[in-house]
Amino acid sequence: MAKITCPSCGYEIDTPGIVTVCPECGADLRGVMEEVGHQREEMMATIARDDSVTTHEFIVRTRGLTKIYVMGEVEVPALRGVDLDVRRGEYLSIMGPSGSGKSTLFNMVGGLDKPTDGTCFIEEVDMAQLDAFELAWLRCRKIGYIFQTFNLIPVMTALENVTLPMIFAGMGTDEMMERGRTLLDLVGLGDRLHHKPYELSGGQQQRVAVARALANAPAIILADEPTGNLDLQTGKEIIDLLKELNRESGVTVISATHDLKMIDVSDRIVHIRDGEVERIEQRADLELEIGTLGSEHVTD
Amino acid sequence: MLDVKGLAKAARAEGGPIEIEKQMTLPWTDAFRISLRNVTLRLGRAAITAAGVVLGIAFLASVWTSKVVVEGLELSQEEAHRRQVEAVQTAAGVEEEAGTATEVVTAEEKANRAARQAWLVIMSLLVCTVGITNSMLMSVTERFQEIGTMKCLGALDMFIVRLFLIESILIGLLGSLVGVLIGHLIMLLVFCIKEGWDTPAKMDWAAMAVYMLVAVAIGTLLSLVAAVGPAVRAARMPPAAALQTEI
Ligand SMILES: Nc1ncnc2c1ncn2[C@@H]1O[C@H](COP(=O)(O)OP(=O)(O)OP(=O)(O)O)[C@@H](O)[C@H]1O
Ligand SMILES: [Mg+2]
Repeated sequence: MAKITCPSCGYEIDTPGIVTVCPECGADLRGVMEEVGHQREEMMATIARDDSVTTHEFIVRTRGLTKIYVMGEVEVPALRGVDLDVRRGEYLSIMGPSGSGKSTLFNMVGGLDKPTDGTCFIEEVDMAQLDAFELAWLRCRKIGYIFQTFNLIPVMTALENVTLPMIFAGMGTDEMMERGRTLLDLVGLGDRLHHKPYELSGGQQQRVAVARALANAPAIILADEPTGNLDLQTGKEIIDLLKELNRESGVTVISATHDLKMIDVSDRIVHIRDGEVERIEQRADLELEIGTLGSEHVTD
Repeated sequence: MLDVKGLAKAARAEGGPIEIEKQMTLPWTDAFRISLRNVTLRLGRAAITAAGVVLGIAFLASVWTSKVVVEGLELSQEEAHRRQVEAVQTAAGVEEEAGTATEVVTAEEKANRAARQAWLVIMSLLVCTVGITNSMLMSVTERFQEIGTMKCLGALDMFIVRLFLIESILIGLLGSLVGVLIGHLIMLLVFCIKEGWDTPAKMDWAAMAVYMLVAVAIGTLLSLVAAVGPAVRAARMPPAAALQTEI
């Protein structure tokens, strides 16, 4: 999503790829391109924050995570003892049929609900030990959430939606506006700062949500079916955006989905069924499989 | 240049868990801005909630207007009566005894009327509070998902309550201002038609102004009180439950 201007003829080029020669006047653009690359690298360094101890490999760990919903007389087990280790900086997809417990797992990991049994650690911190203030801090600073239904605040503009978590984090107004603009620029909505959610398309709304998830430079992005309400093409764009952020800024992405497009970008895929981890696929295995087009591999 | 980030990293490299802090903020100016936006951009919703306040306060204002007007009229009647009596007395030099009797009846009637009015006012305000609570509940329920989202972004329960309370104060203020105007003007018009267009001149406007201010204060307070329950209930919901509710 680089936007560069040809220094000799002023022609504006908007391209995700690398351009060495201006299509308008034929001038050499390598220098300009390099500078844009540097700027982007610098910015990416501010997108995600990993200021924790780097000694532990796993950013999220769950042990025996169990959730039983009680509805009157009936007990609905949504998770039955999930053990999951998420590596720092990986792109993890959670796949499974409807009702398998993806969203429930998501809620536990994101600190949005309490498990019936078992523990969930984020950066080695047991979430059950946190009080309301610490949980709010964790949600605000460490985790960025993306939802199937976008969940933008309808009365706020794109920029206001993105800066809301920064208000909670106590950021100063100028810094907040600056970062909000940068983030919206990053997701390709630099020209839609003051649009309200209903003035944006679904894909654009989800882009705002991605920018908002990055507001306080989180270590983890949790996305629950981020493409569920989008058409194929737009969904692909959102996934590519998430992958790009993951690769360039090192933010860990955990995404629940039943969208097969996710397979391409995932480092690992956790399959869950009836509230249990069925199997975990490694990307490396998948690449092997592409050659043989054979049966699925089981690892871990 | 000091590498703050690096230092922080080094300090924690011993191996403990990350440092979890507690501090979260929602400055009043931001809270006010967000709440005001919610009122102005969801005008339909706000109007429904405000309608309860408008009705209750309009009734209160009409009762108090009528009180002030009647007192003004009585005062001017008494005045006229007194002048008449004085005139008769000076003319005839006779003591009048019936005057005290009529006055006693008036005082009793006045007390009766005041009690009846107080009863009516209290009942109508109660009904109006129930109405506002109901529409506040609805307006909070409509926004469960928004509340859940805000909590995901780091909002404390307190922030959610704060936003809804500011909103209800704004709605209460607006509703009771409109209510006072409506109630007052209608009552005044009725008296003008009944008692003549010079009625406003016979009123104690200072007292009327105080009554109006008190009515606005009561309306705002009622709206605030009515919102506390629904706001606290919504704020306490776990984010997952708030996000899940579909409307
Ligand atoms: N609040 C709730 N109360 C009762 N049961 C619930 C609740 N939330 C989820 N469940 C149940 O828990 C199970 C897992 O639900 P969950 O939402 O995690 O599935 P999912 O994998 O996200 O499905 P989908 O792909 O349709 O989103 C389901 O059987 C569901 O009925
Ligand atoms: Mg789900």
